[in-house]
Formats: sequence, structure tokens, C-alpha cells
Amino acid sequence: MSRHRELGLTDAEYALILDGLGREPGDVELAMLSLMWSEHCAYKHSKKLLGQLPTEGPHVLVGPGENAGAVDVGHGLAVAFKVESHNHPSAVEPFQGAATGVGGILRDVFAVGARPMAILDSLRFGEVASSERSRYLLEHAVAGIGHYGNSIGVPTVGGEIYFEGSYEQNCLVNAMALGIAPHARLTSSAAAGPGNVLILLGALTGRDGIGGASVLASAELGEDDAAKRPTVQIGDPFAEKKLMECCLELLDRELLVSLQDLGAAGLTSAASEMASKGEVGLDIDVTSVPLREADMEPLEIMVSESQERMLCVVTPEQVAPVLAVCERWEILATPIGQITPGVDGEGHFRILAHGTVVGDLPVGLLVDRCPLYDLAPQAPSAPLYGAPAAVLDPDADAASTLLALLGSANIASRRAVFEQYDPVVQSRTVRRPEQTDAAVLSLAGDAGVGVGHHTSDEPIPGIAVSIDGNGRRVAVDPFHGAVEAVLECAANLACCAAKPLGLTNCLNFGNPEKPHVAWQLSRAVAGLAHACRALEVPVVGGNVSLYNESPDGPILPTPVVGMVGSVPDVRHAGRLGFATEGDTIALVGPFRPRRDGSEVAKLQGHAPAGELVEKDIPTVRAAHGLVREGVRTGLFAQAHDIAEGGLLTALAECVIASGLGAEVTVPAELDLFGEDLGCGFIVSGPDLSDLTGRGDVSVVVLGRVGGPTLSVTGVCELAVSELSAAHAGGLAGLLGR
Amino acid sequence: MPRARVLIRPKEGILDPQGQAVERALPQLGFSGAANVHVGRLIELDVDDLAQLPAMCERLLANTLIEEYEVIELSGPGATA
Amino acid sequence: MKFGVLRFPGTCDDTDALTAARRVPGAEAQLLWHAERDLHGVDAVIVPGGFSYGDYLRTGAIARFAPVMESVIEFAADGGLVLGICNGFQILCEAGLLPGALLPNLSLKFLFRQVDLIVADPDTPFTRTCGGAGATLSIPVKHTTGRYYCPDPVDVVLRYAPGQNPNGSQDDIAGVRNAAGNVFGLMPHPEHAVDILTGGSVDGLSIFSSMADALSAHV
Repeated sequence: MSRHRELGLTDAEYALILDGLGREPGDVELAMLSLMWSEHCAYKHSKKLLGQLPTEGPHVLVGPGENAGAVDVGHGLAVAFKVESHNHPSAVEPFQGAATGVGGILRDVFAVGARPMAILDSLRFGEVASSERSRYLLEHAVAGIGHYGNSIGVPTVGGEIYFEGSYEQNCLVNAMALGIAPHARLTSSAAAGPGNVLILLGALTGRDGIGGASVLASAELGEDDAAKRPTVQIGDPFAEKKLMECCLELLDRELLVSLQDLGAAGLTSAASEMASKGEVGLDIDVTSVPLREADMEPLEIMVSESQERMLCVVTPEQVAPVLAVCERWEILATPIGQITPGVDGEGHFRILAHGTVVGDLPVGLLVDRCPLYDLAPQAPSAPLYGAPAAVLDPDADAASTLLALLGSANIASRRAVFEQYDPVVQSRTVRRPEQTDAAVLSLAGDAGVGVGHHTSDEPIPGIAVSIDGNGRRVAVDPFHGAVEAVLECAANLACCAAKPLGLTNCLNFGNPEKPHVAWQLSRAVAGLAHACRALEVPVVGGNVSLYNESPDGPILPTPVVGMVGSVPDVRHAGRLGFATEGDTIALVGPFRPRRDGSEVAKLQGHAPAGELVEKDIPTVRAAHGLVREGVRTGLFAQAHDIAEGGLLTALAECVIASGLGAEVTVPAELDLFGEDLGCGFIVSGPDLSDLTGRGDVSVVVLGRVGGPTLSVTGVCELAVSELSAAHAGGLAGLLGR
Repeated sequence: MPRARVLIRPKEGILDPQGQAVERALPQLGFSGAANVHVGRLIELDVDDLAQLPAMCERLLANTLIEEYEVIELSGPGATA
Repeated sequence: MKFGVLRFPGTCDDTDALTAARRVPGAEAQLLWHAERDLHGVDAVIVPGGFSYGDYLRTGAIARFAPVMESVIEFAADGGLVLGICNGFQILCEAGLLPGALLPNLSLKFLFRQVDLIVADPDTPFTRTCGGAGATLSIPVKHTTGRYYCPDPVDVVLRYAPGQNPNGSQDDIAGVRNAAGNVFGLMPHPEHAVDILTGGSVDGLSIFSSMADALSAHV
């Protein structure tokens, strides 16, 4: 087979390379081009779609294109954040795959000058009840996330896990990180200043992940997964902890022109992106790159994906002070090249080895001239996904249905997982997992905002963050399912008194060259765009992971949404559980539940098919506002959005979180277990009489907090302890804890 | 320069949950008849003076309150036993 | 009074300990860099939690040889108050300032959990304002290597409440002191229980307050 095809380039793409270069590329050049023109780096099947997403808003400080986006959170502070996938490496080696996924997203955050302050994870595996492999992947991925996050001192504050058969061969590991920075420390990755020095920071370069970007991220996994094991990178959180502290000190001292992390495609991608953004050229001498293995070829050095490395641009006079800071942090720092002016207005990326040029490519050819493809979407004529095994009798009564839902893998308590993560390091975590629907972090204590002593009555500003995405709903209807993902994230924030500031997403889909996957992808992106515009929440960055397919078919279409919002005073940040006996319980919002694509439908053995209710987004938005204000003012002692499992499950979750029972009557027309994600809330408070009949938002009083049971008039009555046991035992029982 | 291998394992009588986990897993995979499994660490190094190794172990490589160590001399640099 | 908080490569809970110590009325706190021997005249030393040197080789094994630890060992020998939290406890055991060693949790997994601790010895400089013998403190644990073991009798300061031993520690031991009583190590994190807002409890503050109280009583 010809060279270019082995590297994953089509004949047409290779012809474009020949045309752009005017000659045959050398081995180093072709390897670099194949990586930069891979799906993973070039987004060639998704870039045209992503243009629909709104990226501007009053709070956006850094939009898509940098290592992470950033929003203004007031007080001169910015929060940078991004979600990224590490799906294929995690399927091959779940512990290291997940660990390096966390390491990579943290580098993205401190590359823009923000100190990482929180991690969230969105995980998908096969059916954990029946698949030993899925239990293995779950346990090792969770251990890997914990290993990296705990060791580096960044709290893991939230996340979500779903189990569905379509993820059996293609698990999803998406990691999101947030960081905090004074505005002035936000840094670009754009290289600048011909004559400035390129310094490589951090770990030695080895043969880790050679070919990783193209091999792992741009091809479907097949029979020979085990053979790909040598390319999986190994994470070293200790090295990254030092690298992080070192980089933040370099930025605080204003010693850097620009900073970029090394991720997929290593030096090749990092350096070309920096040159492209700064519209300059650069020279890298591979013989100066410190190696872990002595006999590496220039090509291997340029594409190595060794972890815990950063690349920075430094003026010649600052080189000595930079090296001194690095020495103090025991960080290896090596000048490996320099910035060069363009030739005829175009920067060139030159690779030298022992003084000889072994590669010389126009930066534009590497970064901008990869062809972007139109998709050929076609709605499937038959259902794409089979029916799961039925585990719940369709005639089961409400009590047994509720207990089955609470104990199901997708709804049961995540405590067995969360207990493996440190949620409190850095002392910002105001709401830990399972206390609220979103994590709440205080902004006190950094860069002049507060000092951590809360003796005064001054508000303590903070943020809330949530991550969501239900593939089964998107499989039913990609457009409205994606809308729901955005609405549910915003609903989670509303329950924590937070107003959305910005959003990041990770689009996990199958092979976009297949018409029905193309249809899922294009409809889902359209749905995301629609919801973001309607809620006025800009997208500040994201990631796309395609080709998540196995011989059994594509994964459920899984757009994962991470949203950050501002909380004016974290002392009023809401909670999930009921607060006080006697409080009035109400249902708020335009909640129109249906069973298509719901968790109860899954338990009854129905395939994800049917239709989702079209959302009345302005009214949903008004409901979010009502809940947010109610939590802020203390009108609501508690708020919880109605998600998977529907109304009764949500009520039970409020009971379980507090240990307080409830007596309610549900209007006959409402399905007890149907779903309408992001649209309905359970709220309670001592006096909700002011609420009814306010504006367009429906408020229905359901009953009161109190008693030793969850009692639903004419439907069921279950002891608090029985609900708690079902919820606590579900996932923990499957994991043998 | 001579090469040495240091084996470090939990001391007799110290509860070793890693060893127990392995011991429990083996029969599940169809391997019967394995007992007294212990999991420890392996350290390999080139060293000028092999006589220094016990002191290295006592001070740094092992914690002799909970671990015991065994030094194995290998023939030459990079030798594998 | 002034607390000094050590910072090694890989220390994570240093700023948490720093701000916790500063909550004690009248107290100051500063970081002490691992490579420097100068303790800058601090009145008490905190060896905080984290993963010094990546926990490579063995928890605390490498940090104990850092230059700053030579000064801490001298400081302790002169009767100075030294508090080791989590990784700091592991370091103090490795350094021989406290008896025993920390072994992997029985679950072999990292565990975060808010636990109740019972004050076993209220007459130490670290627990004198903790509410007396038998008082309960709600403080989180978060570690992978926290199973305390010591073949000899030890001076136990804190125990996990009955049924709450998170790691299999012998005799539910959560924290121990040296014979002289001026060095104390514990696996739970009192610095993460100093503010209702972020900790859900302020019980950890009494450990830092006790130290300040003991020092002022001394002077």
C-alpha cells in the first residue's frame, strides 16, 4: 500500500498535498501532514457543522480556538474550561487512558493561564449488570481519573455515568476541567516575534502514542485492539503537578510570550498551531529535544505523544529567568528552536536534525488546507438500535417500578464512584456530589477576591458547573435530544442559583461517513445551536470524537454538554434534599413527560425510539429563572430538576438526600415515570403561596414534606429506608462494594 | 558496574490485601492450587559497590517495620536473570 | 503565633492548611519550601497532605530526606509542635518522628468520606480545645494508604468512631503522638473541616486552635 494511505490520507488529500507543496513530501513531512489532516486534529467532518454554534456573548473572554475557552465571572476573574474525549485510549487501557485524559484537559486549562480548580467526568460503558468487561472498564477508568486528579490536587466535583449496550465496545471517557485566573493572566498560544526562542518544558520525549492521533482517534476499533497497546501514553500526575506550578509561576512573572500544551500529535500539532495563530514560522531542531529512548528518529520525535510537556515562546532576554524558575520546580526546560519570519507572507515550519533540514512545510498547509467535508446525512428508515433486555414487568405497580428505577445502573447512587475522588482539595467546594444537581465552587481566596474568612455579611461569589448528555434521548431524536442536553445542564445550574455564562461540548458519535450517523451528528449540532441561541449561552470551546463504532454498530449519539454559571452568593446555593418537615412541595415548569427514550422504557425492554416533545424554550427558560431566583432569595429551601426516571424518581431523590419523607398528590394527567429533561423541577419551601399564578410558568402544589414514607395519593407508599436502600445498593451492588 | 535486583515484600504477618486480591482472583480465572500470594516491589539498579545495598534498603528502599527485602546480584549491566 | 506549612513537590493541601491555620485568631501562617533548611522562626510546623514526590517508592519515603525535614527533626527534638496530616503523617512516620507506618487501605482504593473521630487523648497540645475525652469530631478522610500499623504500644490521640474505620487501621487508630507529646500525625484532614460552607463542619479548627492555645500557655 502506498505511504499516504497507510497513514490514513486519501488519494485526493494526497493530491492536495502534492499540489500545495509542489513536490513529494519527505517521510517526516508526510507523517506530520497525516496527523494534522486527521479527523482528530483537522475536524474535517465536523468543522462545517460547528460553524452554526453561537460563540459570542457579553461574558466571553476567550472563545473557541484556544486551548480552553474562558468567561468573565466578575471581580476581575475569569474561569477557563473545556471538555475533551479520551475514548479510544480508554477502551484500549482504561486506567491510563482515563488518567491521561484528565492530564490532557488540565494542561489545556493551565495553558491559557488558569489554575485548574475542578474536574468533572462524563463516562459511558456497556451494561454493567451483564458485562464483566464493562465493570472492568468502569473500575479502571474511575481509578485512573482518581489517580490523576487526586494526585495533582484538583478536586473532582461532579460528573455523570450511563450504561447502555451500544457502548460495550466503545466506552466514552470525556473529562472536563475548569480553572481560575485573573483576567491579566489569560494567555494566548499564538507564537510571535521572529528570533524568540521555543522552549520545551516537562517530560522526556519517548515513543508514547506514536501515531496515536491518527491510529487511535480517527479509526474504528476492531479485533486487534490489544495490538495497539504500545501506543497508549502513561500519565505522571506528579510530573504534571510540578509542570503546572512552574507554568503558572512563569505566567505570573510575565516571562512568556505564549504557551501551548502538547496533546494529540505532540510537537507537530502544538508548534504548528502556535505558528498558525501567530502567523509566523518556526524552526525546531529535533536533536535538541531531550529523549527517553536514545535512538529515536526525527519523525518519531515530532509525533511523540509523551505526556506532561508544554511548549512556550520566550524572548531571548527572558530565557535565563525562565530556565531558573524551571530549575526551582525541577522541570526540564530545553530551547529547541526559534520563531522565524514568514516567506512571502507565509510561515514555514522547518524541522532540523544535526543542522540538516529534514522537513519544511508551509504552516498554512499543515493547519488550514486540510479539505473539509460535507456530510451526506440521511435519516434512517429503520431503528438503528436494538431493544435492551426487559428487566421490568410492564404490569409492575408504581412502587416496584420506582424501586427498580432507583436501583437501576443509570439512576442508582454514584457514591461508590465519587468516594474514589477528592472533591474538597483547594477548599472551594461548597456543594459536593449528590448534594445538588450541579457542583458549586467558591471564588473566594484567589486573586484578591475575599480571603476565606466569612465573618462579614459580604456575599461570597461563586460558580456552578454541570455536565450532561443522555445518548438514549438523542438516539430517539437527535435534534430535541441535543436541545434537552443543554436544557438539563441549565436546569442543574438553576437548582444551584446559577445563571449560565458559557458552554463547552464534546460530540461523541459514530462514523460520520455513514449517512445515518451524519444525520445524527448534523441534527444534534443543529439542536445544540438552537438551544444555545434560545438560552443565550455561548459555546466557548469543545471537542469532537467520531468513529466510535464497533462491528455491532455506532454508539448512541452522545453530545456531552458542560455548562458554567455564576452564583452571586454561594451561601445561597440550594440543595437537592428536602429541608424541613411541613414545607410545601411544588412542581415548577412546563413539564410534559413522555415515555419514549425514558429509563422506564429501557427497563421494560423498549428500544430508544419514538419521539421527544418539542420544547417551548422561552417558557423553559422562564422556569429556570423562577427556580434560580427562588433559590437565591431563599423562597425555595431546596430544588431538584426532574431527570431520568421522571417525577416519582425525582421526588424519591429529594427524600433520599434528606431522609425526610413526603406526602404528595400527583395530577392524574402526569405520567409518573415519563421524562422531559430540563423542563420540570421539584421545589419546596415554608411558604410558596406567592408563586402560584405568576407569569407563564406553571406551578403545581403537590403536597408537603414529612412523615417516614414517600406517600403518593392513590399510587404508592414506600418507606424512606426502602427507597434509600434501593438507591444505595444499585451500582454499589453491581461493583461488589 | 554490577547490576542488582532488590525484591521488597510485605513482612511475614503483615496483612497484604493486594496479595489476597490476587489470591482470590486466580481461582476465578480457573487457576487452582495457588496459595500464600504476596505482592511486593522490584527495584533494579547498577551500583558501584554491592555492599552498599543493605544500607540503601534499610534507609530508603524498604520500610523495615512493614517490609522485608532481598538483594539479588545480577552478573553485569542490564543483565536479566 | 506563626504556623509554617511545608511544601514539597507534589504537596496538594498546603494552601488549604495555610488558610485553615490563619483562621485561628491572632495566628499567621507561611509556606516553607522543601529545599530550604530555614524554618523562618515559625512556632509550629504543619506537614500537609498531598502526594509528595508522587508517592513514588513509598508514601513519604522520599520527602523525609528533604533539607527542610532536617530542620523539622531538630525543631521537634527541641520540643517544637509538629502536626502531620495524611501524607504529612506518612512522612513523619518515615522520618521516625512518630511510631508505626501507614499501609494500603484494605479496599486498595482511594477513599473520600466524612467520618466521625473520637478524642482518645484530650491532654495534648493538639487536642486540648477539642471538647475533652470522648468528644466527636466530624472530619473528612481522603487517602489510599491510611491503614495505621504499629507492632508496639502507641499513644493514640484520635480514633475512628465505632463502625467508621475507613481503611482497616489497627484499633481504629486515626491519629497518634510521640512519647513527648509534641509531634502528632493523623490521616483525616482537619484543614478541610474549618468552614461550614466548604467543609460541612468546623471541628477541624479545634486542632489548630489547640496548638495556638498550647503555645500561648507555654509563653
